Amino acid sequence: MEESSSNVLSSEKPGKMKRTKKRSKGKEEEQEEQVFNFNKPADEGDDDDLSDSEDSVYSGLEDSGSDSEEGEEEEEEEESHGDDGEDEDDAEGEQSQQLQTEVKKKGSEGEEEKKADEYEHDSSDEEDIRNTVGNIPMEWYKDFPHIGYDLDGKKIYKPIRNKDELDDFLDKMENPDYWRTVHDKQTESDIVLSDEQVELVKRLQRGQFGDVNFNEYQPSVEFFSNEVMLHPVTNRPADKRSFIPSLTEKEKVSKLVHAIKMGWIKPRRVEDDSRGRYYDLWATEDSSILAQHKMHLPAPKIPLPGHQESYNPPPEYLFTDEERTLWEQQDPSDRKLPFVPKKFSSLRQVPAFPRFIHERFERCLDLYLCPRQRKMRVNVNPEDLIPKLPKPKDLQPFPTTQSLVYRGHSSLVRSISVSPSGQWLASGSDDGSVRFWEVCSSRCMKTVQVGGAVKSIAWNPNPSVCLIAVALDTVVLILSPSLADKQVVLASERLLAGQQEEEPSEGAGPVWSEAEGEELNQGIRLKIQHPKAIHQVAWHAKGDYLASVMPDHSSHLQVFIHQLSRRRSQNPFRKNKGLVQCVSFHPVRPYFFVATQRSVRIYNLVKQEMTKKLQANSKWISSMAVHPGGDHVICGSYDCRLSWFDLDLSTKPYKMLRHHKKAVRGVAYHRSYPLFASASDDGSVIVCHGTVYNDLLQNPLIVPVKVLRGHVITHDLGVLDVTFHPTQPWIFSSGADATIRLFT
Amino acid sequence: MLSLPDFRRLCILKGIYPHEPKHKKKVNKGSTAPRTFYLMKDIRFLLHEPIVGKFREYKIFVRKLKKAYGKTEWSTVERLRENKPTYKLDHIIKERYPSFIDALRDIDDALCMCFLFSTFARTGKCHVQTIQLCRRLSVEWMNYVIASRSLRKVFISIKGIYYQAEVMGQLITWLVPYQFSHDHPTDVDYRVMATFTEFYTTLLGFVNFRLYHSLNLLYPPKLDAKTQSELKEEDEEDYAMDSESYIEKLSALSASLARVVSSADEEDAELDQFPVEGEDMEKMEAREKEQKQQEAQRKMFQGLKFFLNREVPRESLAFVIRCFGGEVSWDKSICIGSTYDVTDETITHHIVDRPNIDKQYINRYYIQPQWVYDCVNAKILLPVEDYFIGVTLPPHLSPFVEEKEGDYVPPEKLKIMALQRGEKPANEQEEDNDEEEEEDEDDEEEEEEDDNADEEEDDEEEAEEKNLKEMEDKRSQGKSLQVKVTPGKVKVENPARLEQEEKAEEKRLAIMMMKKKEKYLYDKIMFGKKRKVREANKLAAKRKAHDDAEKAKKKKARK
Repeated sequence: MEESSSNVLSSEKPGKMKRTKKRSKGKEEEQEEQVFNFNKPADEGDDDDLSDSEDSVYSGLEDSGSDSEEGEEEEEEEESHGDDGEDEDDAEGEQSQQLQTEVKKKGSEGEEEKKADEYEHDSSDEEDIRNTVGNIPMEWYKDFPHIGYDLDGKKIYKPIRNKDELDDFLDKMENPDYWRTVHDKQTESDIVLSDEQVELVKRLQRGQFGDVNFNEYQPSVEFFSNEVMLHPVTNRPADKRSFIPSLTEKEKVSKLVHAIKMGWIKPRRVEDDSRGRYYDLWATEDSSILAQHKMHLPAPKIPLPGHQESYNPPPEYLFTDEERTLWEQQDPSDRKLPFVPKKFSSLRQVPAFPRFIHERFERCLDLYLCPRQRKMRVNVNPEDLIPKLPKPKDLQPFPTTQSLVYRGHSSLVRSISVSPSGQWLASGSDDGSVRFWEVCSSRCMKTVQVGGAVKSIAWNPNPSVCLIAVALDTVVLILSPSLADKQVVLASERLLAGQQEEEPSEGAGPVWSEAEGEELNQGIRLKIQHPKAIHQVAWHAKGDYLASVMPDHSSHLQVFIHQLSRRRSQNPFRKNKGLVQCVSFHPVRPYFFVATQRSVRIYNLVKQEMTKKLQANSKWISSMAVHPGGDHVICGSYDCRLSWFDLDLSTKPYKMLRHHKKAVRGVAYHRSYPLFASASDDGSVIVCHGTVYNDLLQNPLIVPVKVLRGHVITHDLGVLDVTFHPTQPWIFSSGADATIRLFT
Repeated sequence: MLSLPDFRRLCILKGIYPHEPKHKKKVNKGSTAPRTFYLMKDIRFLLHEPIVGKFREYKIFVRKLKKAYGKTEWSTVERLRENKPTYKLDHIIKERYPSFIDALRDIDDALCMCFLFSTFARTGKCHVQTIQLCRRLSVEWMNYVIASRSLRKVFISIKGIYYQAEVMGQLITWLVPYQFSHDHPTDVDYRVMATFTEFYTTLLGFVNFRLYHSLNLLYPPKLDAKTQSELKEEDEEDYAMDSESYIEKLSALSASLARVVSSADEEDAELDQFPVEGEDMEKMEAREKEQKQQEAQRKMFQGLKFFLNREVPRESLAFVIRCFGGEVSWDKSICIGSTYDVTDETITHHIVDRPNIDKQYINRYYIQPQWVYDCVNAKILLPVEDYFIGVTLPPHLSPFVEEKEGDYVPPEKLKIMALQRGEKPANEQEEDNDEEEEEDEDDEEEEEEDDNADEEEDDEEEAEEKNLKEMEDKRSQGKSLQVKVTPGKVKVENPARLEQEEKAEEKRLAIMMMKKKEKYLYDKIMFGKKRKVREANKLAAKRKAHDDAEKAKKKKARK
């Protein structure tokens, strides 16, 4: 009980004690030193001894005090051991000897150590010199006979001790010095404390100074007064704190402090290992982010490989030599396959693919540099694209098969015309002849040599006369083929012979003249001499008027209208409105259609003004035909188009048909059936069904019904003219192969 | 302001791609020079990315480091090094792939890239850590595929080996290069690749994590305790460093993985039977059938024991075989993780890729590696005869090609399809040949017919014309022509044919009436179709020529 309480007390005390001690000690030291300095020359030995002894004592104390409480406790332990009151002479002797040697040494060294003494107070590494064991835990040698090694490396043996508990007890009972015996672990010996030592311990326990002679209440001497001394107080170099702090350093420090405050200098970062650590990222899937990504297009995947990429492909996928050379010659971007298919007989022989990294890199580039676009894939069935049209079967009749071929011409047949009765067919050819055929038998009834390439031929539409207008070079011939019954022939003769109103033609006007001699026998009745080459002739529906076209860029004299009965010619236009391609009369009304290169003009012949101008939307009109109703016009053009105009609707074509592959040469309407046809250089005649309704609101129905082939293309020319039979759904076509064909 | 490389990097990470403007001229201030355009919205989106700040930090870090180096202030260098800025991509992945399925859909490229990077040498081109990470992730992925038995198709191409797996209903295809060292091209920007890889590794890591957890597997993967102990016993010789040996063991692919919940034997839950009627019933049955088939495929190699000779690609084969339930081993000296020896009597298939082998064991097949791949693609065990050592292998076909009507189908594929249907393979090759020939002939005939359809008309007409011409000639020769009546031939008219012709004509006429736009489209479609047919015909013709040549050679050899 007592012990423990004292322990507690002592453990409390040392703190205070230490402090006071230290303070006083500091002062004292200084004092001492001063004193010591002052009376250096006077009495060295005494002082030295004193200081030394003090020092040694103090240093030991200081050591234990400053070290930690452990030291103190140790001390206490020692004391407690001391209480046991044991004594051992030789041990004590040893100790005292040691002390003495130390003192002696110090004394002898006195002079030299004077200076060193000044520093002694701050030398902390006080060595224990009782033996050379060193400051080690002694329990290491617990089981050994020795306790360490001396300087020569020899073992230092433990003193022989064979005391057991009983001995201990006896010792305690008998030995009067037991209470002042202390066991020194370091030397494994018992030390009997001397009287002074005991006294010292007691004084310390009481909290007094260890030195008996020390007067703690000395009068203080003011060292540091306002008087400036000549000499410094001590010779000690100024210690660190006495310097004026460096400004630059201060600046630096303050900078660092500021940087730390501002967070610019960061403390060493804690190793962040969360990078590369995975967790369930999609634990909570929220749809809010999903909405942001509506516009995001995922990258298309790489197309999957086909058979040809195999290391052992079927033989048909390997390149032949030609394919290989082709592949090598092609630009890499044009190649169908980016690699050459190869065959290896076993897997072992397959080498690395040299462009592997390239391909991966290209994929990377595609992923981040390629613009992505949502391309609507047209996934239409091609069959759905085809318009639903009425079946041609339901639109019959129309010509379907070639039934007759009229042969006889030796050069291309430019123009054909059917008699109003439908019995005869007239054709004009480049071989300089006009032939008349019987339609049904394909028999050539008559051949008229006219002495020049026939450009155009037209049968008079009036059924009561039998006349034909033939255009060649600069002449229009009026022929009477006399291929009808007598009455009709006579009527036509009469018409021709009628009034002969010979007017002096003004300037460049056409000259009428009668045929004579041989020509008369052939049936040529009249010649109308024109100033320029004639391109086309066209009859008025009543058969009295005849129009002729002389295409010429530079003059207004391009069209003449001749009146047969009065043998009179007139030029209806005063101005040149472009190169006239063809003309036509309106079937019922007094209108006149003039097709120039790009447009069709409609003139009112009575009012003598232009009523309409149709834009054909094509480059070069080649031919034109007027619907027998008079409200519709079709135009064929050299740029493969056929445009259908509805005159009531607009001046733009109602429909453009691009059926032909090559230039359209001729177009024709059937007089009674809802049919029209176009002939082209590609050797085909396309027959279309074109119903025109009386109801103005209903658009015409146009359906191609038949492609008729038969003509052979010669000199890049195919079918040159086409015309319908006036009553039957038959069609005649004349071609560059010098034949005329009838399709029924 | 971001520098261009940083911007590119950001685009890669965020998955921003340029857009093609609708009016290029309008956007480009009248010029039509090729430029890349990004959407304003996208750029704004990029601006809000926290990683932009990290990029900036990194730039500053590099600058400071350079300066410190220049001044040889090593302590500063060290301090800076310690505080090197890093960034994480987790949030970007979550943002780009809001749901797990999205991520799976886009994992193809990630896998390709990881597998490529994992084959790189550990020097030069990129950081060793990246390569190791790629290797780890790819091994994890393979282990997952094995554990889930989700591999569907394999294809050995000249580029590498394609694998296709079906994970959570998504078909995922990836390409693994052959195990050779790469000669690195100089015209490839590895920084771009590295940025992609950085992103992809993060993505793949998260995907792997999720996938492993979906199977109740531990992530990072652990080997099964049982197998692990087995392996340990065997591997007394120090194969690799401790740190590496684990991943090596994993990459051996021979051991199963540890599960969080150790289930006895995972059996797929039977599909519940729902009472359904009519059409649904059929669908249901079809589905069930498919399921069964798939199940059978999954257990194709179950019970078979493979041994890989040293010259075959070990990793690929081990992966494929294990995916389909087979057991596989190899020589101990090739790789860690072999489970049995060559001498094991129970080995059923020994995979060899050399012309002959010295020591052959009885009661096992010595086959070439293609057999394994072909079996996987055919979904049945193919007869091994065609794949024995030294035998010329049948062609290896791509399982990814799905022939539609009119496409060319190589005869080998037909054979396999027949096998799949359960038909007995034709007894002898000759018979096969005959069949093929017949087929070929049929094809040709059909083709000819098609061609003829057009020609015949013309022919008839021509003939008629000829007759007429002759007649005419005769007529013109003299009026005294002997009238000769030759018995007329009855024109046999095939009504069906006529009808067909009529229809064709009708169609042709209707096509003429098409509008310009539609016509263009129609022509394009038809052109594509025709080209396809042409190509198919060409292939067929080539095959035939080849077969004929082969036959001729054989005959010669026989004589």
